[in-house]
Parts: sequence; structure tokens; C-alpha cells
Amino acid sequence: MNSRERILGRVRRALADAPADEAPIARDYLREHGRRTVAETVELLAENLADYRAVVHRTDIEGLPGVIAGLLEKRGASSVLVPPGLDEEWLAATGVPRVADRADSTPGELDRVDSVVTACAVAIAETGTIVLDGSPDQGRRRITLVPDHHICVVRVPGQVVSSVPQGLERLDPARPLTWISGPSATSDIELDRVEGVHGPRTLEVVLVGQGRIEST
Amino acid sequence: MSGTYLGMPAFPVAAREAVGNTTLRGNLRHATHTIRAKRAKAVTEVSDWAELREAGKQIKDHTLRHLDHYLEQLEESVTAAGGIVHWAADAAEANEIVTQLVKMTGEREVVKVKSMATQEIGLNEALEAEGIHAYETDLAELIVQLGKDRPSHILVPAIHRNRGEIRDIFAREMSEWGRPAPEGLTDTPAELAEAARLHLREKFLRAKVGISGANFMVAETGTLVVVESEGNGRMCLTLPETLISVVGIEKIVPTWQDLEVFLQTLPRSSTAERMNPYTSTWTGTTDQDGPGTFHLVLLDNGRTDTLADEVGRQALRCIRCSACLNVCPVYERAGGHAYGSVYPGPIGAILSPQLRGTGSEIDASLPYASSLCGACYEVCPVAIDIPEVLVHLRERVVQGGEVTREGNKVVLRPAKGHAAERAAMRAARWAFTHPGALRTGQRAASRSRRFHPRTLPGPGRAWSATRELPPVPAEPFRDWWQRTHGGKDGDR
Repeated sequence: MNSRERILGRVRRALADAPADEAPIARDYLREHGRRTVAETVELLAENLADYRAVVHRTDIEGLPGVIAGLLEKRGASSVLVPPGLDEEWLAATGVPRVADRADSTPGELDRVDSVVTACAVAIAETGTIVLDGSPDQGRRRITLVPDHHICVVRVPGQVVSSVPQGLERLDPARPLTWISGPSATSDIELDRVEGVHGPRTLEVVLVGQGRIEST
Repeated sequence: MSGTYLGMPAFPVAAREAVGNTTLRGNLRHATHTIRAKRAKAVTEVSDWAELREAGKQIKDHTLRHLDHYLEQLEESVTAAGGIVHWAADAAEANEIVTQLVKMTGEREVVKVKSMATQEIGLNEALEAEGIHAYETDLAELIVQLGKDRPSHILVPAIHRNRGEIRDIFAREMSEWGRPAPEGLTDTPAELAEAARLHLREKFLRAKVGISGANFMVAETGTLVVVESEGNGRMCLTLPETLISVVGIEKIVPTWQDLEVFLQTLPRSSTAERMNPYTSTWTGTTDQDGPGTFHLVLLDNGRTDTLADEVGRQALRCIRCSACLNVCPVYERAGGHAYGSVYPGPIGAILSPQLRGTGSEIDASLPYASSLCGACYEVCPVAIDIPEVLVHLRERVVQGGEVTREGNKVVLRPAKGHAAERAAMRAARWAFTHPGALRTGQRAASRSRRFHPRTLPGPGRAWSATRELPPVPAEPFRDWWQRTHGGKDGDR
């Protein structure tokens, strides 16, 4: 008997006397916490991102290239990783040399790149989380991990949901997902949170409105 | 479980020693009190905590009730997504599988994400014996590994160390393992984190094999989930060419939707955050993104034996948040090492004796490592009634009875150490079933009460050393009742 059969056999014997369970799982919990307007949800996202030390910027689609160029310049970045499907307009205002996200780049090569700019799949307001799903405008998982500076663009309000349940509904489990809530951190020293360990130590989130988000 | 813990002294012995260590007590008190207050705040933020907790309990119970079905479904979906599934009945088999998988890659070193399952089976030691170096990359695990120490907490294995001690370990040991600690390293947490970043980065960048556990496995989609903070998990899960995940069979949830409960309750219960900094999910392999080869090792190692116990099986709901450790008055004083297992604290006191059996001195003593105050049950995000299981396990230790070990039903003999207790209980049963004798005895006891000792002689001495013996009343209750007509006469 192989271990697969052995383990499954043990499970079945262990459950032989267990009572049947037919009742559906009680999902009485909330789909979202509190009632908010769209603008309030975006505001909450910004607050919670900032609470966990992400740097939040707000602009509209016309202002975006200027904001990204400014952030790269302020950082002093001498190279920026760019996923293949990133809207070229976004980087139109910067002259920082681009590094393409290629399958054959070594981790060592990625380690020499200063910054990375990506889009995201969804952002969750209640937890201050952005989720990447490896789409062409976000690239491979490692490009948002090895460089020390990540600029993530969130289209608001379209990509923003209120809660974790709503976020999961929008995501495809078949894709490799990375949920990011603030820059990397640790609570390992005396159970106190310290920002900045292995992942990017600076996370900048640019919330890009459709021009009139403040008033909706 | 891990050989590291063989021959551990019983809990009271180890705890007595730990309680005498004032640095340890100070560190533990500071850390557990810090996190307690934060957790309470994080939980208050969600108004539906009780409903989330109940749903989490029900999802886990339902999964366990149909575990055979969900294991087969998981195997099918992981395989369909490009993963390779292995089954390990015990620690030795799991270690053998992982060792062979690493050898097949031709590599001599692996990077590891913090994983309770691999600690439980003693994987690092097994790999080392075959000449394969396993590097722990979680900051706290690194502190433990560099300090040649044992973990003392589920979430924060180096909780017994304060920042000064961590600085000393880094300054002394890092050069032995790779990049030395920076000159003039101070004990500020930010500098210590920076030192770990520099030390581990070279290992991440050259790693070809990563080893992880998982917080959840979704049966319907074949998705694995790792919840972490530092980014070391992401490094290990995405940079190597081969990923090997060792996961206990109880980590399954049936559906993708089920994650909506646990991704809300786990971060708040463990690090007291709305959300932990990084959560990675992966389903088999993804073309040109992350490891090209993915192995999943499904681990039993006592879990099916635990499942066979109808009271004890609820321990398998555990999502390893460690909230129960942080609120436990016993853990706060005794620390994690006294529990003699990678699973310390209240959850360890019910998990270790079930996974390993109650045969050893330490495992037989663990169900007693509690005051039964119930704080652990209060905070548990999957509502494990830890006191209930503790009492159940105490009964098993004292009375013996039928249990399942390695899939077979065996009958445990009553523990030797409880002979006096059993004799006392037998005497009590006889007395209570013989009212005449009871009355005579009670009257004799009341009349002779001036001569009663303050402490018990012989085997009872240990018991009365820390307790007051209850005084015998001047008159037995039944005599008083008859004399006063149940107190109606007002005569006391």
C-alpha cells in the first residue's frame, strides 16, 4: 500500500463514526464594512495605504506621466523596470533608462535595477492592499520584489473595491497573485512592526482618477 | 516530530527553570503585552468578527469531515495546474521525499520560508545529514538558526530574545554563514532588519531550490497561499527554479471564496494587522514566471490520528495565528521552550500530545500546562475550545483508553503518576455510594477537625505545597439541614 492510500484510508477510518454534516456554512459576515460613497472608498484606500507606510499620490490621467517622472527623479533612479504591457504614455515624461521584464534576466541583474513601475489588478480599501496578478501591465512576480522602489498605479475608482471578499471575487485564482499591503515589514523583534526588510522598502502608490473622483 | 525535542523534561520541570530567568520573563511580558493590545484593536475594527469566527470554524469542520474527498480534489487540481503531488505518512517519509527532490536538482543548498510543518518534521536536520544546507530566511528564524537556538513562538520564534541579544547574535554569527553583520551594528530594529536584508540577499539571488509550507490550500483550484511580512517568502516562492512545499493535510479549504474569511481573520489574529504586507498565491506553475517545477508534499504525521478523536480533532482547525500564545498566562511566564515542541502555548498543549501521542513525559504533562482560564478559546479565530480538549486529554492520560496511533486503534494504559489521585477518586466513589459510611465519616471528621494537618502527608505533599486544604465545617451539612429544617428556623 502506498502512502497516498494509507493516508486516505486513515482519514476514512477516522471519520467512520463522525456525524453527517449537511448544513450549509453560515456566511453571515459582511460583504463590506460600513456604507461609503465611491469617493469615500477611495479615500479609505489612501488612508490605509498610508497607515502602513506606503506613499500615496493622487493625480489624473493627464498628470500621470509627470508624477511618475517626478518620483523617479526624486528617487535618483538610474534604471527602471518596465513590464511589457505597461501603457507607454505613463513613462512618456521620463528619460530614465528602461529595463525590460525578460524571462532570461537573472535575479542578480534585477537586483541592479533601481525602480519598477507597474499597474495593478485590484486594490482593497478596507485593508489598504494592492493586488498584482501578473498581467502584461504588471509583469512577472519577481520584478516587483527585487528592486527597492516600487511605483504602482491604481486606476480609481474602477480598480478599487471595499473589502477582501469583493477583492477575491474579482481575482482569477489560476494566476499567480501578490497581495501587497505597504512596504515589506517585520514584527519579529519584540513584536513591534518595523518597515523595510526584503521586499521593496519604498512603495509608492499613484491613484489615478478619471478627472472628477473628488466629487462623485 | 523533530528529534530536537526528544528527551525533553516534563513541562513543570522546564517551566520552573524558565520562570527563574528574569530576562526571558521580561522579554515575553513585553512582547505578549504589546501584541495583545494591538490584536484587540484590530479585531474591534471589524464589526462582524463573531460571524467571521463562526464561518471559519464551520469551513474547517466541514473540510475535516470530508477530508478524503478534498485531498483527492486538491491532488487533481494541483496536478492539472502543473504541480507534482507527493504523500508522506510521517516525518521520516516527508524528509526522505524532500531530500531526494533536492538531490535530483543537484543543488547543495536551499532557501526556506518559515514553515511550522518543516520544523515539526525536523527537515533542516535531515537535509544537513545529507550534506544539504537549509537557510532560514524569516528574520526570527534566522535569529534562531544563527543563535543555535530553538523556536519559542509560532509566529515570532525568537520572541524570547530582546533586541540587544539579537544584535549580539548577528554581530557574532553572521560571518560564519555568509555576509557578516555591518560594522558598528546597533540594536535598533530597523538596523537589525537591514543587516538581515544584506545577509540574506546573496542567498536569495543564487538560490535554485526554495522550500516552503503553506497557510492554505484551495481544493477546487489547487491554489496554495503563503501569508508573510518581510518578502523573504516571495523571494523563496518566485526566484528559485524548483519549489517544494511541505503542507499538513489539514491546511485545505474547499473553495476560493473560503479565503475571504481567513484572509480577514488570520492577519488580525497573528500580527494584529488589517492585512499582512505580502500574501502570495500560486496555482501549479506559471509559464516563465516563478519556479518551473513545483512539488507539493502532503503531510500526515499524526494528523489522521488526531482526526480520529472526536473531541480532539477540533485542534486541526488551527490556522497557526498564535493569538492563544499571546494571551496565555502560563505561556507568558514559562515561555515557549518549556512546551518541548515546535507548537508551544495552549494550542501546542493540545496539538503535540495528539500528533505525537502521550507516551513521553513531556507529552503526558502538556495537557496540565494550563490554568484552564479560557482566554485562548476567547481569542481563537476558529473557535477551538482548547480548555475542553485539555480536560479531555487529561482524562486520557489518567484513565487511559482507546486512541489511534499511526492509523491503528490501541488501548492506552492509565498513567503511572496518577495512582494516588485514582485511589482518592475510588475511595470517594465508594463513600458517596454508601450514605451510612459517609455520614459516620463526616461526623468523625467534624469532631476531629482541630487535629487536622495543614498539609497532606506522603504523595499529597506536592499538591498541598501550593494550596490551602479546605477546612472541614464544625457540623456536616446534612446534620445542619436536619437540625434547622433547611435553615428555615434561622438557626445557624
